[in-house]
Amino acid sequence: MARILTHLERLEAESIHILREVVAEADRPVMLYSVGKDSAVMLHLARKAFYPSPPPFPLLHVDTTWKFRAMYDLRDRMARESGMELLVYKNPDAEARGINPFDHGALHTDMWKTEGLKQALDLYGFDAAFGGARRDEEKSRAKERIFSFRTASHGWDPKNQRPELWHLYNAKKAKGESIRIFPISNWTELDIWQYIHLNDIPIVPLYFSAPRPTVERDGMLLMVDDDRFPLAPGEVPVERSIRFRTLGCYPLTGAVESTAATLPQVIQEMLLTTTSERQGRAIDKDAGGAGMEKKKQEGYF
Amino acid sequence: MTDPIYKTDALIAEDIDAYLIQHQHKSLLRFITCGSVDDGKSTLIGRLLYDSKMIFEDQLAALEADSKRVGTQGQEIDFALLVDGLAAEREQGITIDVAYRFFSTENRKFIVADTPGHEQYTRNMVTGASTADLAVILIDARKGILTQTRRHSYLAHLIGIRNIVLAVNKMDLVDYSQSVFDQIVADYTAFAEGIGITAFTPLPISGFKGDNITAPSANTPWYSGPTLMAHLETVEVDVTADQAKPFRMPVQWVNRPNLDFRGFSGLIASGTIKPGDAVRVLPSGKTSTVSKIVTMDGELDAAIAGQSVTLCFADEVDCSRGDVIAIAENPPQVADQFEATIVWMDDDAMHVGRSYWLKLGTQMVSATVQAPKYTVNVNTMEHLAAKTLELNAIGVAEIATDKPIVFEPYADNHTLGGLILIDKITNRTVAAGMLNFSLRRAQNVHWQATDIGREEHARLKNQTPRVLWFTGLSGSGKSTIANEVEKSLNLMNRHTFLLDGDNVRHGLNKDLGFTEADRIENIRRVGEMAKLMADAGLIVLTAFISPFRAERELVRSLLPEGEFIEIFVDTPLEVAEARDVKGLYKKARSGALKNFTGIDSPYEPPEHPEIRVNTVEMTPVEAAEHIIRKIMPLK
Repeated sequence: MARILTHLERLEAESIHILREVVAEADRPVMLYSVGKDSAVMLHLARKAFYPSPPPFPLLHVDTTWKFRAMYDLRDRMARESGMELLVYKNPDAEARGINPFDHGALHTDMWKTEGLKQALDLYGFDAAFGGARRDEEKSRAKERIFSFRTASHGWDPKNQRPELWHLYNAKKAKGESIRIFPISNWTELDIWQYIHLNDIPIVPLYFSAPRPTVERDGMLLMVDDDRFPLAPGEVPVERSIRFRTLGCYPLTGAVESTAATLPQVIQEMLLTTTSERQGRAIDKDAGGAGMEKKKQEGYF
Repeated sequence: MTDPIYKTDALIAEDIDAYLIQHQHKSLLRFITCGSVDDGKSTLIGRLLYDSKMIFEDQLAALEADSKRVGTQGQEIDFALLVDGLAAEREQGITIDVAYRFFSTENRKFIVADTPGHEQYTRNMVTGASTADLAVILIDARKGILTQTRRHSYLAHLIGIRNIVLAVNKMDLVDYSQSVFDQIVADYTAFAEGIGITAFTPLPISGFKGDNITAPSANTPWYSGPTLMAHLETVEVDVTADQAKPFRMPVQWVNRPNLDFRGFSGLIASGTIKPGDAVRVLPSGKTSTVSKIVTMDGELDAAIAGQSVTLCFADEVDCSRGDVIAIAENPPQVADQFEATIVWMDDDAMHVGRSYWLKLGTQMVSATVQAPKYTVNVNTMEHLAAKTLELNAIGVAEIATDKPIVFEPYADNHTLGGLILIDKITNRTVAAGMLNFSLRRAQNVHWQATDIGREEHARLKNQTPRVLWFTGLSGSGKSTIANEVEKSLNLMNRHTFLLDGDNVRHGLNKDLGFTEADRIENIRRVGEMAKLMADAGLIVLTAFISPFRAERELVRSLLPEGEFIEIFVDTPLEVAEARDVKGLYKKARSGALKNFTGIDSPYEPPEHPEIRVNTVEMTPVEAAEHIIRKIMPLK
């Protein structure tokens, strides 16, 4: 008679509960949608949480204009399929100044993503924003609550977090303050892949290996996704069989050489690999070991 | 170094599909590690992650570099650095917040809450324990049982964790001595029995050296029990217990995409449900039948505790967020007064009588807490008398809610018995509570309906009742101005009554002093009395310092919208002190008078008063005229 729920069933139920609590208690929720695999799972969970209604909040994509083209394609498709409103925000200041990852380094992330996100939240007056961060990703994430409070200026104070007991979340806040909510906090990379596999969730094809034009920069294998990529005189991109473990701005995201072309193969490769998924992300290496903690205090997701 | 037996399981390489099916059926164990500072918790977790191969090469390379730079283990790898995530704690070499870690073996997925041992962070330990199935209590073999060991064991037991592992760590530093281990186990057994822990699993380990973590240690030939990992992988967790209990589901959200669909969404707290089951909606008590269980993956034949679902009913029944859907023949109780065990988690001590938000399941109500019956000394388990609960105190007290809530004792149902208290001004989560039982008083006192109500009273007096609530510093002019306002209203044939702070303290409130708790009770009584007088149709004027925003808001919430008029008699402290009509400021400055508002007790000015009068610019008569103009007409 008694049935034991599997770990994925328990994680799914917990995430759905979190999504519904926020919708019930917040005034203007929004889902930060980055088009990656974690966003894909979070969006799928939202569709399950409110079925047969569409999720009662919009999707917000804070665009840097430097994402992979395949990401823009999937983004527009998923917005159509879910019946949700898609808001795309680009920091006008970054756009006017032509901020890009090739010339501006850390400033690129700061202006397009951190500042862009803050501007978008302020512009629309969102008081609760879902994000797809997981606690197994990075050390400061492991210490963040599921409901993470931000001051009116979007700052995070790791030493002043509210205790979170049982499944009771305190969503009360003063005017101007906001909450970032991480419904998939307790999922691991393997859980995400397995859930995508079991639920047949659409993801960006770049996660699967294929022959793609690449160049090497600072030990990273980068994909030449469009003609904005500055090549050295005489340099010709090399076609390699590659795929991506995480997706961000294409000039900042390192590929791995791989032949994994199906989901089980991707999972197999992940389980046998010896490096962590964020290893290909330049963003974590800024400001030494405390890179993400510092960014979060400044308002980054 | 132990054998890396836990990751590269051959199945992954040989048959990934078979591996995925196996992994898909893994169960989940959530556990906490707790112990005193320097007992080696972070090191142990780092070791579990390392030995189960959850640490990648790039992380290991960073760890090796960090170990040499800031590590505390010389040239060896300092596993603690893996989990001490925040820059602040790495610099101080401590763990300041609860952190969650993940690893899995062939049979189980694990979520670990790493909870700090510092006394000031006990609230984090309770947070971590509230979702855990098992607790690993670490003891430094050199030090034996400490205050924190007792506190954490008591808390784990209090929160309802039934699986306790006593990990006697740093065995390498006591030469793997069996007699040291046996003595600690004997000491712990004596303590544990006293608090109701009937069984625990003791293990001799070294997180730093790896003894008995994933492989049996050659250094402890006298120990024949399981390794820590083997125990965690096989321990029976009573995950099915909630399914065997009666069905309960707090309603989170009403799903109404169109006129043809109305579903009630929630996470099933206990029991099972299937279409055709008769259910009761509480607190209303209305009954219906489940027509279908809706999910995006299709309708379900049955749903069980732990699943998030949407239920549809056969009839149109009122049901909204905060209600609880229960099996019809065995519903939970509804009450508004309880005895609860409370863990205080905020720097500001509990204010007896203050109104806090209480969240239980999906219900959010106002609640007040009485002075604790006792607090628990966690070292001796003695019950101590106390007037309030300070940060990290654990006490038993009565809680009253402003309306009845659906509940079960915490021991029977954690979802319907576990609560948090939220400060209404700061919005901080200030306490966790566990309901023990409802008080018979609440079950036996009913509201007596009377035929002549407040409308009838007011109509006869030909006026709209109001409570004109004057607040301000001592000597600001509250009583003087209120007196002027009442004189004017009297001339206008209005039925009024003036409640004055000093006068009330001669009678009704003569048992109260000037401590914070007494001040809160003073205002609560005056608020209730003002409400009764307003119900009788009167225009009530009150002149009390009423220094705390929370209590003024409490009185406002007692009255119908618009009847409570907050009047801020705005007089700067220097001006009030210079007037010093009663000579009180002088006494307070000399120290002869304690807890005097403005001097050594705070005054919280209203943020949005309905009326503000500035007594520096206006005379009392002018101020009174200003107020009369603002409150007219009174019909």
